[in-house]
Amino acid sequence: MASPETLITAPSDPARDFARLSSRRLLVLAGIAMILAGMFFGDIFAIFILHQNASRVGLSLASAANAALAGSVDGVGAGFAATGSFLENRGTKVDTHVHLIGFGYLALMLAILQPWVRLSEQVKRRAAWLFISGAVLLPIGVFLIHYIGLAYSPLRAIGWASIFADLGGLMLLIATAVYLLSLRSNRGTFNTAPLLPSATAAGRYLFAGGLLLVMAGLIHGAFYAGVDLYRHEAADYNILSRMSLAAAAQDHAGVDAALDDYGQLQGDKAVKVAAHAHVIEFGFLAMLLAFLQPYVQLGNIWRKRWAGVLLFGSLLLPVCVLMELRFGLVAGGLADFGGLLVIMALLAMWIGILRYTGQLDATGGEIQ
Amino acid sequence: MSRAKTVLILGGMALGILGMAYGVWYAVFAEHQALDGIGASLAQSFTAAAQRNPGAADHAMANYREAKYAYDRQVDVHSHWLGLSMLLIIVGLSADGVGYSEKLKSLLAWCLLAGAFLFPSGVLMQTWSHGTLPRMVAIAASGLVIAALGFTALGFLRRETA
Repeated sequence: MASPETLITAPSDPARDFARLSSRRLLVLAGIAMILAGMFFGDIFAIFILHQNASRVGLSLASAANAALAGSVDGVGAGFAATGSFLENRGTKVDTHVHLIGFGYLALMLAILQPWVRLSEQVKRRAAWLFISGAVLLPIGVFLIHYIGLAYSPLRAIGWASIFADLGGLMLLIATAVYLLSLRSNRGTFNTAPLLPSATAAGRYLFAGGLLLVMAGLIHGAFYAGVDLYRHEAADYNILSRMSLAAAAQDHAGVDAALDDYGQLQGDKAVKVAAHAHVIEFGFLAMLLAFLQPYVQLGNIWRKRWAGVLLFGSLLLPVCVLMELRFGLVAGGLADFGGLLVIMALLAMWIGILRYTGQLDATGGEIQ
Repeated sequence: MSRAKTVLILGGMALGILGMAYGVWYAVFAEHQALDGIGASLAQSFTAAAQRNPGAADHAMANYREAKYAYDRQVDVHSHWLGLSMLLIIVGLSADGVGYSEKLKSLLAWCLLAGAFLFPSGVLMQTWSHGTLPRMVAIAASGLVIAALGFTALGFLRRETA
């Protein structure tokens, strides 16, 4: 049963706005599913691959530096081939995680905008399917880049996986452009906003909390750019340069010290960038979910609880990521727990929306 | 219709299209070449070190620094244009909840849009020039975004408490 709050704040014509296979329903359900899939992937990547991969990158770089020390040109080549492969493996997995979640956010935003899109439902639905297909194709293509490489590719530098990933990006671009153009021709009717975040208590918490998280992330980003960015870039060059020159001078101690410094620098960079990105992304997520609360068919108290869980997890993860260098695995474990809280809250809200759609279908558009 | 809402939603969508178009262009025409350049210059530097040629090692490392500097910024431009476009749309969707006059809301919306466009543009300009102007553009525009968003948040609070 829908709560009284739902009855007051739900759109005036739910049968039309959220009908079976309507563009809005497709985008909401697929958008949350993409975010969930991206977060699961990110957690699995963080737990089972990220740290192991980082240590392999460090070892292969050390092997290249030691080969240079020993005067072995072939050894240097082999070391860097391995480093490049590990970096590509890591980079494509990070990109898969980031793009899946980013497209999920975009899908939710387009879902919220659907009442203002002046197109027939059939065209809106086709654009939604095009968007969803592109949003699935691109991350899968990116994920496969490392495994497929340039096999059977007609191009010198770009493999089939990249080509399909780019095709996915083009599909997304077209679908988003279709929605944008129809919004442009709809200038007079933006006042029909059916889903203000202030419509529910959980929505208010999520919107205010999300805005605070985004502000915190922006301020942290500005601080990072002002204090750390140029220092990190200079240190990256200086350390690698020291390593290379020490190898040329056959200075074992110099190479070892530079390798150690390089590992520390990469760790410092990674945690600061990850904290900045995650706090802003979780802020966006909370703000977007604020608009969808009228569709979450759970009791008011549970909507508020899940909103609280999501906000707590959204703060815990970036704070603990920042503390990883100082507190190691304890902070890392807490950060993963924060991510798990966000996933659980999102899953609960998704189930609430599924309940809403189920009741809508069962009653032919009348929410009881 | 609220002008602030129009500026933020349509401006945000346009910025999103710009960010995606830039991303597709970058992935097809620039990213692989940039990554190849970074890897190759690093490998050249260590190969030169193995051949006991510190001058060539240093030269290759300088190439690495340039390539890495440009690559990091080009990726940042893509992600920041898209992230800020989403922020504009979300704030635009809730612009009715900001407790300011239409004129002030419109001014804040234009500030947010200008900052969101100029901040990554300043970062992109840094790949063409290492001078202070691109840095100043990026710093000023990011400050504009933070200030406008802060005022908008206060506007939400004002509406809630009114």
